[in-house]
Amino acid sequence: MAVIDDRRSLAARPSRADSAFKAVTFTAGATTVGIMLAVGLFLSLRAGDALSVAGPSFLVEQEWSPETRVFGIGAVLFGTFSIAIVAMAVAVPLAVGTALLLSEVVVGRARGFFVSLVDLMAAVPSVVYGLWGLFFLQANVIPVSQWISTYFAWIPVFRVSDASGDVLTEASAFTSSAFIAGIVVGLMVVPTQTSIMREAFSQAPVGEREAALALGSTRWGMIRTVVLPFGRGGMIGGTMLGLGRALGETIAVYMIISPIFTINWEVLKTGTNSVSALIALRYGEASEFGLSALMAAGLVLFVITLVVNFTASSIVARSRSGAESG
Amino acid sequence: MTILSPEHEVAEAAPAADAQSAGPRTSIPSKADAAVGDRRTLRKATLDERFNLVGSLAAAIALATLLFGWFTPMTGLVGWVVVAFVAFIGFYSLLTALRSDAQEVRDRIVTVLLVSAGVILFSALVFVVAYTIVRAQAALPHLNFITETMELAGPLDPLTTGGIVHAIVGTVIQIAIALAITVPLGITTAVFLNEVGGRFARFVRTISDAMTALPSIVAGLFVYAAIIQLITHQRSGFAASMAITVMMLPIVIRASDVVLRLVPGHLREAAYALGTTRWRTVWHVVLPTARSGLVTAVILGTARGIGETSPVLLTSGMTAVLNLNPFSGPMISLPLQVFDFVKSPEPNMVARGFGTAAVLLLLVVGLFAVARVIGGRGPGQLSDRQRRRVAEASADDLARMAQSVSATPLGGGAPATSTTPIESQPSPKEPSP
Repeated sequence: MAVIDDRRSLAARPSRADSAFKAVTFTAGATTVGIMLAVGLFLSLRAGDALSVAGPSFLVEQEWSPETRVFGIGAVLFGTFSIAIVAMAVAVPLAVGTALLLSEVVVGRARGFFVSLVDLMAAVPSVVYGLWGLFFLQANVIPVSQWISTYFAWIPVFRVSDASGDVLTEASAFTSSAFIAGIVVGLMVVPTQTSIMREAFSQAPVGEREAALALGSTRWGMIRTVVLPFGRGGMIGGTMLGLGRALGETIAVYMIISPIFTINWEVLKTGTNSVSALIALRYGEASEFGLSALMAAGLVLFVITLVVNFTASSIVARSRSGAESG
Repeated sequence: MTILSPEHEVAEAAPAADAQSAGPRTSIPSKADAAVGDRRTLRKATLDERFNLVGSLAAAIALATLLFGWFTPMTGLVGWVVVAFVAFIGFYSLLTALRSDAQEVRDRIVTVLLVSAGVILFSALVFVVAYTIVRAQAALPHLNFITETMELAGPLDPLTTGGIVHAIVGTVIQIAIALAITVPLGITTAVFLNEVGGRFARFVRTISDAMTALPSIVAGLFVYAAIIQLITHQRSGFAASMAITVMMLPIVIRASDVVLRLVPGHLREAAYALGTTRWRTVWHVVLPTARSGLVTAVILGTARGIGETSPVLLTSGMTAVLNLNPFSGPMISLPLQVFDFVKSPEPNMVARGFGTAAVLLLLVVGLFAVARVIGGRGPGQLSDRQRRRVAEASADDLARMAQSVSATPLGGGAPATSTTPIESQPSPKEPSP
């Protein structure tokens, strides 16, 4: 038995080129993190001034006049969410239906074509959607709004009334509403949601699909019992990623809405607002303090989209690993 | 190293096997005289199913038209479509229910709903694009639209004066600066995430994922407050490209990260096993393998960056003149020019806005098409032409090596690379020249 005195170290000593390579890539990573952290830190620091003046009432105050130190994002945050909810109501059924269509019904070359079409539509600039919403949809959707408000006025959200509570019916009361902005934003996020959901659905395991069909299930039975349960994570995650984009959308909303600074529960009625539209509207005239207030609004929006996105991507990631082990 | 297609060998081997099968061994029965009936189509809809579909469609259209024209005071195209659709589903389920059970009826209805979701979505999306292109017909045919600036053209001037060359140039300059920063930084960061790794790499990945959530207007606000107000004190093309960079960097990093992760591990291991350093492995193996995917990632990031309006709105400033210097003075870009044009109530300005949007759209679609042609293939997968070229190159190599082997005894000037291994192991698949 030989006595082992000292073990040979197995760790490789990197060559000079390798150390340089490591240093360069590390620097790139550090620079990226530096840029990203700079954005976050700068926003938080500059927003600090305004937040310390406004305090917690920043989240509920509806008025926006930083010059008189009375400002808050109660109204704009409400508007942001009402537009996003309308957008989701439009987008999610379309996205789920189209994703199922592309993963289960359409086969062969047509599927590849439609999948690329969806990807292409996700790359169309938002200003193009905004143009369409402003010049086409606005004029053509007003009769629909009027119809909904006539027959569903008993649901408070669909009522359109003036300050004294009288019901309005003329077309001018329906323009530039959260409803129209929501439809445009919804169309804008459908392609993103569709491609995530389609990917999740197509990863449903073949064994279970064939088992369901072999037991005599119809296609819908197979979708209901196999594809939808396996794709649930993808559906939720895709919806939330789309929600994140809808919350942050600026230019299409800015082109369509007429900005107001009160909470407007009636989504069909003229006038709404969103955090990003507020920033686009007021950044030019803002004083040092006004800019800080806008930063605070932007920071709140960023935190919200961050939470939504992280939740979504963790749900998508978990559903993926589950599908693979199944 | 020979790369020969396996089908080639199989094709040669098959007749040989046939010739041998004449003996007393197990033989494959000849199919030549067996009667083969017509192939049944398994996918085609039966006559019954087709009648249900067409019949209920006709009935629904008739019912909706009757209701709208004669029986009730309902009007409007949207209402007609909705009534016809609901009636179609009703008739269709009724007709299907005559011959099938509830399960099958449900299956049919769901299929109809899925198809209609797809039809609504695709027609809406195509309509958005087509509407822009059609409305652009007023401005686009004039050549001056893409050769002149808006310097001398007012809102009331006809479409035969003025153009958007300043916005096109502005977009090109801004995106070029943004690419000059994002491509090296983004791809190097992605290489760091994949090839170096470690705890810090995970941190970098988390942060860059978080940044994809950054609303574009907030990126613009950051550049406005941090660069314009503190440093340059004026809006410029450079500030705009900084805002675009902040938006594009996370997209490029994430997309390249995904592509690099797909590079097969055995290629890396083969390189390391040959004693290659890490740096050489990345430069000669990983990056070339992932090249098409990386190009696609960059192009898709570019398409997103070109279309960004809101960060540019805050940072680049509006102008009607051509500005080639990104560091001083406002420099407008295509999406911002669209936004600026359509704010005007003048029909000519709106027409110009649509024309600009169409140019932007064509640019994005063009980039997307290029990305599809280059990419759409995993790392290491070759196109037919590339595969043929590789096969030719290895056949050439083989011929060259065979030549130098036969030349070695004669001349001493043989290259150092072609020595013993080739003599000791003559390739069995060597093609006869």
